[in-house]
Amino acid sequence: MDTIYLDHAATTPVHPEVVREMVGCLEKTYGNPSSIHGIGRQARRLVDQARNLAAQSIGAKFNEIIFTSGGTEADNLALIGTAFANRNRGNHIITTSIEHPAILQTCKYLEINGFDVTYLPVDSSGRVDIDTLKKHLRDDTILVSVMYANNEVGTIQPIQEIAQLLSNHSAIFHTDAVQAYGLLPIDCEDLGVDLLSVSAHKINGPKGIGFLYAKNGVKFTPHQYGGEQERKRRAGTENVPGIVGFAKAIEIMMKKRVENFHRYEQLRRLFIDTLNDRGISFEVNGDLKNGLPHILNISFPETNVEQMLVNLDLEGIAASGGSACTAGAVEPSHVLKAMFGAHSEKLFNSVRFSFGYGLTEENIQKAAEKTADIVKRLTS
Amino acid sequence: MKDPKNIRVVVGMSGGVDSSVAALLLKEQGYDVIGLFMKNWDDTDEFGVCTATEDYEDVIRVCNQIGIPYYSVNFEKEYWDKVFTYFLDEYKAGRTPNPDVMCNKEIKFKAFLDHALKLGADYIATGHYARVEFIDGEYKMLRGKDRNKDQTYFLNQLNQKQLSKVLFPLGHLEKKAVRDIAKKVGLATATKKDSTGICFIGERNFKEFLSHYLPAQPGKMETMEGKVKGEHDGLMYYTIGQRHGLGIGGSGDPWFVIGKDLKRNVLLVGQGFDNEYLYSDSIIATNVNWISDRTKPKEFSCTAKFRYRQPDHKVTVIQLENDRAKIVFDEPIRAVTPGQSVVFYNGEECLGGGTIDQIFKNGKRLSYVG
Repeated sequence: MDTIYLDHAATTPVHPEVVREMVGCLEKTYGNPSSIHGIGRQARRLVDQARNLAAQSIGAKFNEIIFTSGGTEADNLALIGTAFANRNRGNHIITTSIEHPAILQTCKYLEINGFDVTYLPVDSSGRVDIDTLKKHLRDDTILVSVMYANNEVGTIQPIQEIAQLLSNHSAIFHTDAVQAYGLLPIDCEDLGVDLLSVSAHKINGPKGIGFLYAKNGVKFTPHQYGGEQERKRRAGTENVPGIVGFAKAIEIMMKKRVENFHRYEQLRRLFIDTLNDRGISFEVNGDLKNGLPHILNISFPETNVEQMLVNLDLEGIAASGGSACTAGAVEPSHVLKAMFGAHSEKLFNSVRFSFGYGLTEENIQKAAEKTADIVKRLTS
Repeated sequence: MKDPKNIRVVVGMSGGVDSSVAALLLKEQGYDVIGLFMKNWDDTDEFGVCTATEDYEDVIRVCNQIGIPYYSVNFEKEYWDKVFTYFLDEYKAGRTPNPDVMCNKEIKFKAFLDHALKLGADYIATGHYARVEFIDGEYKMLRGKDRNKDQTYFLNQLNQKQLSKVLFPLGHLEKKAVRDIAKKVGLATATKKDSTGICFIGERNFKEFLSHYLPAQPGKMETMEGKVKGEHDGLMYYTIGQRHGLGIGGSGDPWFVIGKDLKRNVLLVGQGFDNEYLYSDSIIATNVNWISDRTKPKEFSCTAKFRYRQPDHKVTVIQLENDRAKIVFDEPIRAVTPGQSVVFYNGEECLGGGTIDQIFKNGKRLSYVG
């Protein structure tokens, strides 16, 4: 049985061209980019090329890109780095209740260290309200972190409007763009953000590599100590093969972004239409008009997410039920909780399907049909 | 007979050696085996360490070794409502509950079974040391072949419907053989220590654990004659027949817990293992369950256990209304404790069981026991 992989929001298959680039790099370019000899310079050249491309992909400057081990480290660096560096100006931080754990848990850590964090609510579509943000903004607010698009339901946040609101406030503005990067156009200048996190493995690149965009002039302390890599902002010998693979993935993404956006919109439509044809009852969580096209979060009334996911897996469909898990058990999603309240049935009957590279119409049709069959079986 | 590969068995895996070997044996027999871990309790500490997470890590390792898919299901709410609430209520009433019996009845062979059926299971399996056989048109539960490990005591509340869906692959094995199989195959859990005590308390201090949920009320320790012998830390920390932890020194025979006076918050103690107050000759049991659906005579003889790993005692069972029964012992028995299970046997067969409720001697209720 061939598995139909519908969990591209969790991670994506590595593009074959990325694999080729990385293997080539592992075989030939083993140098340390900091070394003063030719072998080292070869590696440095590749890292610089990648940095250039990464900067280009978000309208940033070459020296505004800090390579990290991925999205989580980029988020940690952004929040902890700016919070501690700007402590003399205040200790208030604003974020949202639907951020990825990489942000939420980092904020918990900052709270333990004396910072005051406000977690903004969202509406039932998963969107933050500008006026609510405005109400919570204080003179001692030093940092605002709002994700570009949510990883569980796909809802896109009004980043530009928030940036506008903050344009005459000294707070630093960070956005976690891990899920949005690759599908939404990003120009940091237009967007108005000071910091932005990205991960390679969500765009068919390798795991273990990502970057943080940090606008020139943003006050910032490192929190990993060692050598002088990344202009002293992130110590440690560069993950050269990872960076090279990342660059290839960025290159392909830049060419395909618009096409992919429309393609995933179609696949999402096909999935929904197929479920409708099968006559099962379901409700889409999030906002189809204002959401990432590759994420489809669906509530199936009268079902149980733990039973749904196992049945889907046993039928060869890989989907997901939210984010955080302890001991493998599906915990009620904090995102759906923020959208619908702690007692909503949707917390226990919602499944996330997410689309990406390599999927065909047949795949989607078949997966939706099997999903409908399982729903029928579980609700009969 | 269906081809085993078309028979789906969902194995309840705890991360211990027994359930690991149960899954392995079923896989070797060619069944379509799925490993399912139950998360019933969250004991995450301030460093983020949770026993369930560590046990699940072991389940993952073993399932990958055997080559079966694994999943997890969260029964924290069900466990709290059905098992832990009962556990606390019994302690509040001065009794000694048996959460393992309740867990089997409400979680493993109910919530878990229902969940497994929703995953397309034909059977569930566990690593219990017990056997199920279909004899004369009905399912019988037989003692595990390893007499020292036999777990039918904890399974006394099961019924025909549940047994028809259950496999116990270890029932015919000795514990040592199970360990040997695990070692031979090199299972990750081969040398893991057996879990001891009550699952949600684990290796932690029982007194300290309980004090988080029930306020401890220290009081006096007295002899049956009313002589004060010391102080106790709270009645719930003691069980009938207990010797350790009393802290009564002096000469003569050691001291034992004989009973509890809930009204006065007094722990009753007496000297000598064979203290006459510790003996009783009949009980009333509640929630009596018979594994067979066939009508039993109103009165019959069999053997019974009044606690786990106790030798069988000859008894006469007299059935009463409302799932109650009077059980008369052939010989007086020491330290029969309210809240524990009484489990009935006929030779190899476990007939069922109930909860020990009232205790009698010479026709008089021993109110000091409970």
